[in-house]
Amino acid sequence: MTAKARPYVEARKEKGLWASSQFLLLRRTSQLFFLALFLSGPLFGIWIAKGTLASSMTLGVLPLTDPFILLQSLAARHWPEALSVLGAAIVLGGYLLLGGRSYCAWVCPVNPVADLAAWLRRRLGITYTAKIRPELRLYFVGAVLVASALSGSIAWELINPVTALHRALVFGLWFGAGGAAAIFVFDLFVARHGWCGHLCPVGAFYGQIGKVALLRVAAGNRTACNDCMDCFAVCPEPHVISPALKGERLGLGPVITSGDCTLCGACIDVCSKRVFNLGLRARNGAPSTDSAIVPASAVRVAPPRRSP
Amino acid sequence: MAETGAGIPGDPRRRKALQEMARFGGGAAVAATLLTAFGVSSRAKPAQALRPPGARPEKEFLSACVRCGLCVRDCPYDTLNLADWADGPAVGTPFFVARNVPCEMCDNIPCVKACPTGALDHSLTDIAKAKMGVAVITSRETCLNLQGLRCDVCYRVCPALGKAITLETSHNVRTSKHAIFEPVVHAEYCTGCGKCEKSCVLTEAAIKVLPIEITALKQDEHYRRGWEEKKKAGGALVDAPLKLPVRKPEAGGAP
Repeated sequence: MTAKARPYVEARKEKGLWASSQFLLLRRTSQLFFLALFLSGPLFGIWIAKGTLASSMTLGVLPLTDPFILLQSLAARHWPEALSVLGAAIVLGGYLLLGGRSYCAWVCPVNPVADLAAWLRRRLGITYTAKIRPELRLYFVGAVLVASALSGSIAWELINPVTALHRALVFGLWFGAGGAAAIFVFDLFVARHGWCGHLCPVGAFYGQIGKVALLRVAAGNRTACNDCMDCFAVCPEPHVISPALKGERLGLGPVITSGDCTLCGACIDVCSKRVFNLGLRARNGAPSTDSAIVPASAVRVAPPRRSP
Repeated sequence: MAETGAGIPGDPRRRKALQEMARFGGGAAVAATLLTAFGVSSRAKPAQALRPPGARPEKEFLSACVRCGLCVRDCPYDTLNLADWADGPAVGTPFFVARNVPCEMCDNIPCVKACPTGALDHSLTDIAKAKMGVAVITSRETCLNLQGLRCDVCYRVCPALGKAITLETSHNVRTSKHAIFEPVVHAEYCTGCGKCEKSCVLTEAAIKVLPIEITALKQDEHYRRGWEEKKKAGGALVDAPLKLPVRKPEAGGAP
């Protein structure tokens, strides 16, 4: 499939500007919001969240810790203090409800960088992409845990461009932004969605949570699909769409069950036929039993169609 | 598997899957090896980079510190920094350079309290027991006191005044009529706060705080101090001094 240079044109014409970009705007707002929580302290002296995405304390009461980092610490044979265990449990619980890799699309500071590279790639018509299997990142997760155990250190944090970029933004350690710059170049010229979609072990870890997470994107209105392929052009993980969108004949439900889905909502925005919606995993009924299909209108979060 | 034929030896699909596993496994092994080497090498840090109070020994510290910066945020004197790539210590970990900003040794030790993982040991509640490093007179050749002057600044600024640094007098051979007041560090009281290094009046400090990894503080376990063992045992460890026969030539008697 070749990615269209301007996949949103049709959706904008059909649904209007808001309905075809609401998830993008919400995501950028969310990303800025999470950054602002950390930046209000150092910039304005109003301390809301202290620390970084690795571990933080919000308003002195809410501890949050990256569970993947804590897992590496355990592999390095350190038994952490209860506070960070509690923080990791809260994060794990949160993403079990909110979709796993929703971290990638709604919180991670690397996401805007990767999105910019993907957008520029479409605009410049760069079609070359190195073929890297998305499964590679799972092996990478294993490699990181083995390296942590062997070196007795939290191995991935030595190079993790995600937390490095966050530290750059929050603590002013600008060398750390170099990793994000490298990701931009890699994603633009070497592989489409190369970093987030194939290599990043942080995303791969959250993807494992996503396999059982409650909140999901669903092709609830898949019968309306007109095969325009716009969703495949914008989706950072296009392989997750097919089973839900085209799996009716195979007896697959409309909910995207793959943990790789980042819940970015780009497919919801880009679809002029309003095929996609946010929904719950539990509602993934088999299409053979009509009663189990949830009407798209019941789970759709998009506002009603704007009058022209 | 058997039904689809994918599991049968010689099946192209099986071969492809095995090839892929070997390729990915190989790639992952290379990545793990590089990361391990990087992880081990990250233990090396510059001698002037000191860890916050309560920091576990460097190797253990790196298994525990998640690089969140909470200790840095709660340091009221902006002593602590997070390491950037060019700073030397493992990237993202907290450190301070005594010559720039020393540790003010807060009574309530907010940095240790802020640490969510225990990389800074929460059992440290008395800041006087902290061991961020140990001060060492690194340049006897330039230390003013050792030249026979009365600088005394390191001695005066020490928070453990009169305990961690004492002034030991000796005869000044050069003038033959004055005394030398030599600053001497007593490691058991020194917390490594770095106030002495910070205040040294010389361009290059003559007293510096070195990390614990460099300054050995523990005696080798195979050495036994006789006087301590004697105290532990509640008496002499050998029954009695050996009685050796007196052999004098003038004693005579012998044939």
